[in-house]
Formats: sequence, structure tokens, C-alpha cells
Amino acid sequence: MSNRVLMKGNEAIAEAAVKAGCRHYFGYPITPQTEIAHYLAKRMKDVDGVFLQAESEVAAINMVYGAAGAGARVLTSSSSPGISLKQEGFSYIAGAEIPSVVVNVMRCGPGLGGILPAQGDYFQCVKGGGHGDYKNLVLAASGVQELFSLTMEAFDLADKYRILVVILADGTIGQMMEPVIIPEDTDMKIFDKPWAASGKKGGNVHHTIKSIYIDPVVLEGLNNRLQSKYREIEANEVRVETSALEDAEIVITAFGTCARIAKNVIKEAAREGIKVGLIRPITLWPFPVEIISETARKDSVKAFLDIELNAGQMVEDVRLAVNGKKEVLFHGRTGGMIPSQEEILDIVRRIAGGGF
Amino acid sequence: MSEFSIIISGFGGQGVLSAGRMAALAAMLEGREVSWLPSYGPEMRGGTANCSVVISDEPIGSPLLSSCDVLIALNRPSLEKFEKTVKKGGTVILDSSLVEIRPSREDIRTIAVPASDTASENGNMAFAGVMLLGCLSGNLNCYNRDNFRKALEEILPAKKHDLIPLEMEIFDKGYHYV
Repeated sequence: MSNRVLMKGNEAIAEAAVKAGCRHYFGYPITPQTEIAHYLAKRMKDVDGVFLQAESEVAAINMVYGAAGAGARVLTSSSSPGISLKQEGFSYIAGAEIPSVVVNVMRCGPGLGGILPAQGDYFQCVKGGGHGDYKNLVLAASGVQELFSLTMEAFDLADKYRILVVILADGTIGQMMEPVIIPEDTDMKIFDKPWAASGKKGGNVHHTIKSIYIDPVVLEGLNNRLQSKYREIEANEVRVETSALEDAEIVITAFGTCARIAKNVIKEAAREGIKVGLIRPITLWPFPVEIISETARKDSVKAFLDIELNAGQMVEDVRLAVNGKKEVLFHGRTGGMIPSQEEILDIVRRIAGGGF
Repeated sequence: MSEFSIIISGFGGQGVLSAGRMAALAAMLEGREVSWLPSYGPEMRGGTANCSVVISDEPIGSPLLSSCDVLIALNRPSLEKFEKTVKKGGTVILDSSLVEIRPSREDIRTIAVPASDTASENGNMAFAGVMLLGCLSGNLNCYNRDNFRKALEEILPAKKHDLIPLEMEIFDKGYHYV
């Protein structure tokens, strides 16, 4: 118990990055994630790391490109409008296969929108907001402890696959405090990075980090390699939490804050004799297609209900996985509004009564 | 206890977010599950600030509250705004030095604590929240005195630790307030 600390989600991300061996942070402040920068401005000093407030989000993502290209573990963080600015960098990083970790603590849009929680950047982060055929590995936590462990894991996944990992949280997850158990020592994996442009430390070999390939044959080769890497990630890295699925008649799909609300709904519905289960994708890409399509085939399942803080984004992936086998309903709120437990319960009751 | 949901609300600057954090930390030190969620929206600038705290013996579902077991109101707008969210049989703890009205509902319990007056008579008006947290502890037992003291030691910077005995004195006054 003694090493339990009460932390904000944003602080947990920052401390986990340090524990994962990240010694370079480049960022630009924006609500609701500024505590990450605030925490690291102080913490990086303790560990002889680099904290740099860049002149813009665009500069910060390109500093990530440079430092991670030299083989370092690097973090940048922002919130929705800032993440939009970073999209060119995302695509370049994908093309150059630079292991990077980017945090997006989402606020509501579009445009400058507002500072309250939202999940409107699912499309942007999961489907690719930059140009070209690329994928980000996207991790979504629904609590502070999980945010801590996923952030640590993000650095390993980034290094293992030479991919950009997005930690996608809504403002609630970033702002809330929960107990976190911080490990004393971490068995940090050290990844060999023979490709890194680290100043010829490995001998007289010239390394180039780039995403430009004028020869179409070579560029198609890169694309094919990226795609086979993405298939490997889809095969190996899906993470998902399920609960009460066994005899569920209604299955809620939700990530982040919405999954937390869903857990209360499941308890309440059970009291009324309605069996509701939950599928909570932790990796938004790779998406947990298999468990959803398996569940859709079950006779006990009447319908799916997808809950999001947007106008309907992840629901498209849920529908693809359900593939017409069951009805998929959607309930979402936008603009920083959050659906109440009662509001969702009403929909659940309606579905249970056959009215959908 | 099994699960308590608490909304603490007042003007920005009254320390409601810190008060919530102290309650959550004290309960965590007692080995419980806790969550703390601030209102970080535009209402904080010049208007009311509030936070939601859940204290439970089991893993906590949603940290967002659409209803609560306890409302701690440090000003009148907070009482007016959140009175309806208190569950039937729930409790309102209000600072009667600042809130001149009382809840209109009869299905909830009201504890009126002259927190700001008591705190300023004892030397520091900023400790009004501490008295209300003492009242919460005394009446609803979601954390004990020792753990509250430990929470203060953890949250306050070392240079303010000399204030802890006074804060605990005010906490005790609230603790015995029924």
C-alpha cells in the first residue's frame, strides 16, 4: 500500500515516461494536458533529461523526429488542435519508421472547440490524420493506473515495431486523480537500434533517416514492408478488456471515460434483470475485431450499443466487426457533454424491451 | 461503508479542489479505492468550482457523478445547483457562515456547520474546508483522523507543516459537529 500515490492522469503519463527511460520531452502547452509538461519540466532535471518547450506543436513533433531518429526515447504531448498541427510529422515519422510516443488528451472540437473532454479524434489518430498509407498504434486507457502502465508499454511497442504510438485519452482521464502503484525498479527492455542516426557511434556506417523515395519500386517496397509490419501488429498486439460478456443480451462497446460510465450502467441494469456486457478496446488500432465478431455470433446477444464522446467514430469499426450479424446502436455526446448513467440506462431498457 | 460519492462545491479560490483531494488522499491512505475529478471547465473562472470524489471499498466504476451521497456546499449557488443531485437519504454539509438558505428537500439530511466563522475565529479562514472535511469524517466515517493528518502532511509543502496542529484543531471541531 505504501507506494500507492494519488496522481492525476497527466502526471501518471509523465512519471511513467521517465520510468520507461524517456529522457527527452518536447511540447507546447494546451489544456487539458499541460500537467504533463508541468511535471516533466521539474522531473527531467532529476534524471538529467531534456525538457524543452518548443515554439509550436509543429516544432515539437519535428524535434521528436530528430531525437528519436538518433535512437533516444522521446515524448511529446498535446491536445486535439495541437495534434492536428502535428499530423505532417506523424506521416513523416511513419515513413521514416521512427519509434515515437505522442500523447493526445482530447478536448472537444472541431476547431479550437472547447477544453472539456471529448473523443472526437478517434478518426484522426486511428485512421490517420496525415497523408499516405500508414498506421499509428493507438492505446486508450480508462483509468490512471492503466494510463501509467500503458505509457510505459508504449515506449516498448514503439521501439519494437519502429512505429508511432499514440496514447489517446479524453480530458477526464487526464484530469482525474486515482491511486497509482509506481514500480520501484522497472525491468526496462533495451532495444538495439542499429538503424539510428547516432553520429557513427557504431562504426563508420552512414545512416539516413528519411521518408522520401523517388524510385517507385523502392517506395512500393517500403509500403509493402510497412503493411506487413502492420499485419504483424494486428496479429500480436490487440489488447481488450471484456466484462460480463458470458450471458449478455446487450453488449456495450466503449473506450476511455465512456467505458467507466458503462461499468456503472452494467451494475444498475443487472439489478433490473437486464444482462449487459462490455467490450472495451484498449488498443484502438489494432482494433479487437475478433472478440467483437465472435460475440456478435452468439445467440444470447440481441444488440450492440456503442457509446462515445463524439458523433460516431469507433462505431464504424464496431459495425465492420459485427458485420451485419446484430443491430449496432450508437449513443454519443459532443461539445464536452458527457452522457449520464441514467441516459444510457434508458437506452439499455429500451433495447431490452425490444424497442430499437 | 461500501461506496460514497461526494460533490464539493464553492467559489473558485475557496479551496474546494484541494479539499476534495485531501478527502480522496485520506481515504486512499486508509486503503480504499478513490477517484477525484475536478471541474476544469470555463465555470472555474469567476464562478463555482467543484470536484467529484468517490470513495469505495471496491474498484470504482465511473468517476463522473450525476448523483451523490454527500454534497459539501461552500456557497449558495453550489447548494442551489447541486441540491437536486443528492440521493434520497443523502447528506448536505454546508458552510452556514456563507450559505444563508437551507435545502428545500425533506428527504435529505442537512448539517449546517459555521465553518468560515469558526475557522476565522481560530485564526485562518482558509481552513473552513478542513472543518467541513472533519464533519464529513465524523458523520460518515470515510476516513479517520490519523489518515487525514497524514494526507495534510503529504499535500502541504514542508514550510506549511507548522499549520497542521491548528488545522487538526479545526478538523476536530467539525468532526464533532452533528
